[in-house]
Amino acid sequence: MKTVCCSILGFGAIGQGVAEVLLKKKEYLENIGLEVKVVAVVDSKGATINPEGVDLANCLARKRTDGTVALENLSGVEVIQSVAHDLVIETTPTNIRTGGAGLQNMFAAFQTGKDVITSNKGPLTLKYRELMEAAKVAGSHFRFEATVGGSMPIINLSNEVLAGNKVKSVKGILNGTCNYILTRMLEERASYNDILAESMQLGIAETDPTYDVEGIDTACKLVILANAIFGLDATYSDVEVTGITKVTPEALEMAYERGHVIKLIGEVSRERIHVAPRLVPINHPLAVGGTLNVASVETELAGEITVTGKGAGPIETASAILSDLIAIYGN
Amino acid sequence: MRVSMDIELKDVPGQMLLALQPLSECKANLITVVHHHQKRTPRKTVPVKLVLETRPESIETIKAKLEENGIRIVRVGEHRFRESINVVLIGHVVHTGIQDTIDEIDRTGFAEVVDLSLSMPGINMLSSALIKIDAVGKEDLHRALSILKEVSAKKDLLMVLPIDIQA
Repeated sequence: MKTVCCSILGFGAIGQGVAEVLLKKKEYLENIGLEVKVVAVVDSKGATINPEGVDLANCLARKRTDGTVALENLSGVEVIQSVAHDLVIETTPTNIRTGGAGLQNMFAAFQTGKDVITSNKGPLTLKYRELMEAAKVAGSHFRFEATVGGSMPIINLSNEVLAGNKVKSVKGILNGTCNYILTRMLEERASYNDILAESMQLGIAETDPTYDVEGIDTACKLVILANAIFGLDATYSDVEVTGITKVTPEALEMAYERGHVIKLIGEVSRERIHVAPRLVPINHPLAVGGTLNVASVETELAGEITVTGKGAGPIETASAILSDLIAIYGN
Repeated sequence: MRVSMDIELKDVPGQMLLALQPLSECKANLITVVHHHQKRTPRKTVPVKLVLETRPESIETIKAKLEENGIRIVRVGEHRFRESINVVLIGHVVHTGIQDTIDEIDRTGFAEVVDLSLSMPGINMLSSALIKIDAVGKEDLHRALSILKEVSAKKDLLMVLPIDIQA
């Protein structure tokens, strides 16, 4: 049995999803020869640490009742530097302006020779090259499937499952909030503002939905794909971005009458990175509705391969983190 | 543009080469060749139907070269517009002069707006238009879309293009 000691940095929805999945999959992991021991959980108020393994069920219960798991006043970086472990599961909130705590956590992890699995887009959008370099120098594993499309395997599909195939382009719907808004606008013939308000009430859109509706979130995911799949050194400034705020219910209806839906499509190839509302034929594989995400990988040998799935959600995102974990330590 | 051409060949060796050489010299793209060897004309020649893609300005040269080679041309039919696309425009489509937007495409000579649906829900609200553009060929369609892109940027219109078109 191989024991992997890890920390969970960031105990919001995704971090808690990871804890739930690790509890649920304990037996499965043991059956494939892995014992995953979480030695530290950190949220914005502090940390709970136990070198013998923290009680995840207890952490989840305390988070629900007290709003925090903090028993000690330690930050993520301090935990990385002071607690012995192999892997940092980095699930702090995305900050694409500064990289936030995630960026510091990742560099600290590599400086101490730890592996990193993350769902946090911010650091990868800002400092992809530096992070890859730091991981390489440290000899650390660095995986981030959960940053793009939640549970949908896009990066690992392109780089591992389809290894040997040259990927020509990836295009798809990478933001569930925008997809929900456009789907509902067409169904209800309602204005963008009305459906945005509905999405906020349902918790599908954030209180500040700018990142989603202006196409920024999709653009960040494309930057990660551009770097991870096409080996580019792209940043956000390389993306042409148009959001969905101008789309009208009348435009959606007219398009629909001609057999098309309007979707916010992100597209990345070696030549260009582009986000904009596009006309998609109703029967096209990318014409998925609701909050679903979808990505079509165009390859040299295998043609087009399309994956659809939930782009967000704690358990779905934790599923991508789990697959990264097994990819590093399995066998 | 795509052109269909009915020609007649003498029933002697080497005639097909003489027919195809001018197309190659003018960089025309040959789509189909149907050689009706069993159907002789009253002149005992062999009818051949060609479909090719070429620039409009090359057609006269091709015809002249074929005639120089002794090939009889019976009919030339042009399929002028063969590429078509729907584009959605959103913004103050009418207030910023929709006729002018259409004219920008129509005056190119290689593309034109052939259909328009328009929705204006209120004076101060954004209007939406779906226009269908026909063009002579793929390249011309892209040129027309570049023009439309410039016009849309100037008029602050959101241009929604089909997914299979390079935006």
